[in-house]
Amino acid sequence: MQVQVNGAQTYCYTGGKPLDPGQPTVVFIHGVLNDHSVWALQSRYLAHHGWNVLAVDLPGHSRSQGDAPESVEQATDFIIALLDAVGITRAALVGHSWGSLIALEAAARLGARASHLALVGTAHPMKVAPALIESALNEPEKALRMVNVFSRSTLAPPLAAGQWVYGAGMALGRRVLRSNPQVNVFHRGFVACDSYANGEQAIAAIECPVLFALGTLDQMTPPKAAQGLIQAARAAGKTVQVAQLPVGHHQMSEAPDAMLQAISGFLAAT
Amino acid sequence: MPGYSDPGFDTLALHAGAQPDPVTGARAVPIHLTTSFVFESSDQAASLFNMERPGHVYSRISNPTNAVLEQRVAALEGGVGAIATASGQAALHLAVCTLMGAGGHIVASTALYGGSQNLLAYTLRRFGIETSFVKPGDLAGWRAAVRPNTRLFFGETVGNPGLEVLDIPAVSRIAHEAGVPLLVDSTLTSPWLIKPFEHGADLVYHSATKFLSGHGTVIGGVLVDGGSFDWEASGRFPELTQPYDGFHGMVFSEESTVGAFLLRARREGLRDFGACMSPHTAWLILQGIETLPLRMERHMRNTEKVVQFLAAHPFVARVGHPLLDSHPSHALAQKLLPRGAGSVFSFDIKGSRAQGKAFIEALKLFSHLANVGDCRSLVIHPASTTHHRLSDEALAAAGIGQGTIRLSIGLEDADDLIDDLKRALKAAEKAAEKAGA
Repeated sequence: MQVQVNGAQTYCYTGGKPLDPGQPTVVFIHGVLNDHSVWALQSRYLAHHGWNVLAVDLPGHSRSQGDAPESVEQATDFIIALLDAVGITRAALVGHSWGSLIALEAAARLGARASHLALVGTAHPMKVAPALIESALNEPEKALRMVNVFSRSTLAPPLAAGQWVYGAGMALGRRVLRSNPQVNVFHRGFVACDSYANGEQAIAAIECPVLFALGTLDQMTPPKAAQGLIQAARAAGKTVQVAQLPVGHHQMSEAPDAMLQAISGFLAAT
Repeated sequence: MPGYSDPGFDTLALHAGAQPDPVTGARAVPIHLTTSFVFESSDQAASLFNMERPGHVYSRISNPTNAVLEQRVAALEGGVGAIATASGQAALHLAVCTLMGAGGHIVASTALYGGSQNLLAYTLRRFGIETSFVKPGDLAGWRAAVRPNTRLFFGETVGNPGLEVLDIPAVSRIAHEAGVPLLVDSTLTSPWLIKPFEHGADLVYHSATKFLSGHGTVIGGVLVDGGSFDWEASGRFPELTQPYDGFHGMVFSEESTVGAFLLRARREGLRDFGACMSPHTAWLILQGIETLPLRMERHMRNTEKVVQFLAAHPFVARVGHPLLDSHPSHALAQKLLPRGAGSVFSFDIKGSRAQGKAFIEALKLFSHLANVGDCRSLVIHPASTTHHRLSDEALAAAGIGQGTIRLSIGLEDADDLIDDLKRALKAAEKAAEKAGA
């Protein structure tokens, strides 16, 4: 569906179902150089199992107009504005990679309006190697290849229908990069990840249960890089779940069913 | 630096899409000869049917063995995914019918496999899909042939059997300016010689019967999507960008930004047309792909020796291989196909049609049959076999004469192949002497 947010046309995939005011809502937030389609095998299921789904294309990405966010905080402003524009009073937030930081910051700011927080492939701080940031700006094809190589954990992803996850990652990255002729959203997204410093304060401020869904073979956001956040959440007395998936940074496509079970189980149990 | 996470071509040819079976430990890819798959629950069944979860339902739509083949070919081509089909012709039909219906129009190269030419010129026309044919090197012709209802550009990496090299970068630019994708038949080259996506093609298919298999035992096809074409930006493909009544109003381009084409091709084309591949066939093709790099290297080495022999033989009038300076695609082949332009090519003997027949019948190692890309060397007379339905004009447009002979160079010792050809050429010369006596 298309919705106006801050005066810009914004696209949200709703999983093939219209929004129902009587159902709870889950918002899916993608990572750098991705779009809503990375959540295909989780969002469509939830949309047909009692949830309103808003799998958004962030501003300036893929089908959404508007200025691409320069920081996690700016992206958070957008997510809150999106909920207001659609009239959603309370939502679960699920984010992957950069999107996990946006979900975290949004949950902290939304307080009781956030019902659940699921952080997939997360890390804090989410430092990006200077060479990769520089490549994203000046040699995006090379940087895209590096990201997809680092994200891959298997040459045999268990998808049914002959999809090649590595190739899909490369093609999606190229498409999203091309979708914004004004701004290199690859570089801007990495800078936003690298500069976000409010994670531990944000996790202490959330009022909802939190799921960490981590790929044990993830080289982009290795599980050890999430331990600080996990400890901070526990220290602050939050309800914490940790799901370890034996995959890399493409958690949603390398382990689609395990990822779905982790998210749907978390949403149902807490 | 290549490694497990960034494997090279040879590694992908062996490993992409496959891992030791998690239940039995089987190292080779198991053959899942089953029509259907037991559901875990009613909810899972409904979810699988509604594309909410990954999994297999019925082997016409997908199958675990086929999925390995599909991932492997997609990996070798650099695509986002693939669909295994009953034949190369089924792959071409699936591509066309996913993108258009009656009223659609295709711009295609004149240098096509005879079966493809027949499908486009006659059979699809009966279903309201028209094709304009353009010489592959006539770039102005490609541009001029575009109509408001054009939905597809189509050519072969190297034309069959003249080996005119398709200028994929130039033709794809024209296609994209017109808002349509370029589909390339890469059967004769395989991804070892060229990856069309790297040069601008959007869709690629193979008759997997040929080089991908190599063993000449099964018929199959594979259709691959590069994920590069923006169906929404084009505005010409409501099949992919508008709600589809045949699947609960699904908009394929919203479901998958880069996989919309394959989604519709599988969910409509395989489901309704049903030209799927047997898992046993998929397994046999996988056996072939495991040695594709080794075989292609040998195919090219043997071809070079045979081409040099024929080019120097006094009874040979013409050798049509881009290895030779005299071939019109020589320069383009050097640029796009640095490893070689394939091992299927044609040549003309200096003699009559009867002498051509004598030549073929004198061959011992070369098998006279209608196939290419086998590990064994093959020979055929196109005008009376593969291209027999073409008019004289269409034959000439495809670069085929009455005396043209097509060879598919296999993996035998090159000296033995040359000896066989030498003896057969001698027999052809003698046939002329006998006729004159």
